[in-house]
Amino acid sequence: MTQPGHRGPMLDGNSMAGDLREIFAVDVTAARYMCAGCTHTDAVATLMVWHQSPGLVARCPNCDDVVIRVVRAPDRVYLDLRGSVRLEVPLEGS
Amino acid sequence: MGIISRGFGGRRRESVPGLPPGQYLTHDFPVLSAGPTPRVPLDRWRFTVTTETGDRTSWNWTEFQALPAEDVTVDIHCVTKWSKLGSTWRGVSLDTLLAGVESAADYTMVHSFGGYTTNVPMEDLLDGKAWVAYKFDGEDLEPEHGGPARLLIPHLYFWKSAKWVNGIQLMPEDEPGFWEAAGYHMYGDPWREQRYQGD
Amino acid sequence: MARTAVSGRLIWRAATIAEARWESPTARTLVLDVPDWPGHLPGQHVDVRLTAEDGYSAQRSYSIASAWPEPGGKVELTVQRLDDGEVSPYLTDTVQAGDQIELRGPVGGWFVWREKSTAPVVLLGGGSGVVPLMAMVRARAIAGSKQPFRLIYSVRTPEDVLYADELRRRVRDDAGLDVHYVYTRKTPDNWPSAPKRIDVAAVNTYGWPPDFTPDCFVCGPTTFVETAADILVALGHDPRRIRTERFGGTS
Ligand SMILES: Cc1cc2nc3c(=O)[nH]c(=O)nc-3n(C[C@H](O)[C@H](O)[C@H](O)COP(=O)(O)OP(=O)(O)OC[C@H]3O[C@@H](n4cnc5c(N)ncnc54)[C@H](O)[C@@H]3O)c2cc1C
Ligand SMILES: [Zn+2]
Repeated sequence: MTQPGHRGPMLDGNSMAGDLREIFAVDVTAARYMCAGCTHTDAVATLMVWHQSPGLVARCPNCDDVVIRVVRAPDRVYLDLRGSVRLEVPLEGS
Repeated sequence: MGIISRGFGGRRRESVPGLPPGQYLTHDFPVLSAGPTPRVPLDRWRFTVTTETGDRTSWNWTEFQALPAEDVTVDIHCVTKWSKLGSTWRGVSLDTLLAGVESAADYTMVHSFGGYTTNVPMEDLLDGKAWVAYKFDGEDLEPEHGGPARLLIPHLYFWKSAKWVNGIQLMPEDEPGFWEAAGYHMYGDPWREQRYQGD
Repeated sequence: MARTAVSGRLIWRAATIAEARWESPTARTLVLDVPDWPGHLPGQHVDVRLTAEDGYSAQRSYSIASAWPEPGGKVELTVQRLDDGEVSPYLTDTVQAGDQIELRGPVGGWFVWREKSTAPVVLLGGGSGVVPLMAMVRARAIAGSKQPFRLIYSVRTPEDVLYADELRRRVRDDAGLDVHYVYTRKTPDNWPSAPKRIDVAAVNTYGWPPDFTPDCFVCGPTTFVETAADILVALGHDPRRIRTERFGGTS
């Protein structure tokens, strides 16, 4: 329905490292996601991230679908992972 | 709160009386986006109301432009804490768009080009409280701000005023949209500071 | 044991500015004292949080410029001023030695160079995107690593070059390091070409050929990163060996 849009001032998954590391004991940007929309898989660091919005929105570079959403409230973090069928997390030193 | 950074002012902002709690005044119009900006050619534009029984009423751009429009001046409040006073818009009232629609639904899901969704109770769309707006400040609404047309529902936080709007689905039960499913409040009243779930 | 398990989550901590020095007329390196710094890998960054008197706060990411270990235990950031920016002018022009800022890190485990890697390395940096690449260059020297590095550094004018003296010295003393500059607005006198953006010819001539299966690191403004990564792919580099980090904005 729409013409290919322009992507605007986006960042990538590297920029989510701090927010994710506040929740998880390991670095999630080095983990691999599998996109629920198109089964594309790559490092979380390679997701396209929109940050000028009420939360962080990370989309699959292959199909534009939302893979991860992070919303920060003053005393909580909401992490929505429904766009990722799985995360494969490398364990350092094992 | 963290340590104060001596001499740090941050982006120019004013706390003025009369704003909803926790809001600052801004004079520009920040662009917020959660994805690529859809470019919707007017000949492909369509706005569709779908009832809980699946009945559809829809307008193409020409039909939509022929509907009676209203000029409104409203204050808008973004959940990222900026408020903009006295913004002027032109659009079609939801009272007009929903007038001929048979429905007993109490809730709606607003849909956009690009896949964005947000939920709004039916009563918040009616009685002169909401518009599908296509002009801002006398000019055609730019794609960055939701053009060709966006929902305008100024009494709720601005994430409810869906950019690039293309339809409304009427629903018997409330369901969360894009941000509501990710932790934001189901209703989003700025005067009661309903930012997050549980606020 | 129980305490570390409970507090294992990454927290904000206060860092003290030990020293600040200008790298160019518009970029400054902040040398930070961070108590209990755990060390870091080259390519990692920190998040910096500033808080105003009225509680308003702003947060940004900055790459770590220095390598680890550092004899004094210090951590360095280099910040490029954006004139209309909210945070960078504060860090380049306002903050002084003795002041404190809050930071969280080190973070990021993907855009990092590891000394055990045996591949040659191509570094493509645009503007302040050279900062994490400089950490890699410095880490390579500390590790005494033999893998050759080639840096292609895209910058507006000769005056904007960060770490100019240090890069000159390192190239002179180390046969395993090459640096090529691409000037986008103004070249030095007698430069063989007019100002231009990074292109296939530059990456082809001054990078490593794909046959050498180099590890490629690309960093800078979002538009620079996309152009440079596309060039690498077009030249036949394996996309799995290309690591990118976008700083936002346009080049
Ligand atoms: C992982 C990561 C590491 C980073 N490391 C560094 C670093 O080592 N050194 C450094 O100086 N910066 C770095 N940045 C960029 C930094 O986080 C800020 O974005 C930058 O300092 C601008 O912040 P500001 O508040 O001054 O500008 P803002 O107020 O956020 O923006 C002002 C204007 O500049 C534009 N803009 C934003 N970012 C950029 C950009 N990078 N280039 C051009 N225009 C831009 C905006 O669109 C806006 O119009 C890094 C970013 C990321 C995500
Ligand atoms: Zn996908």
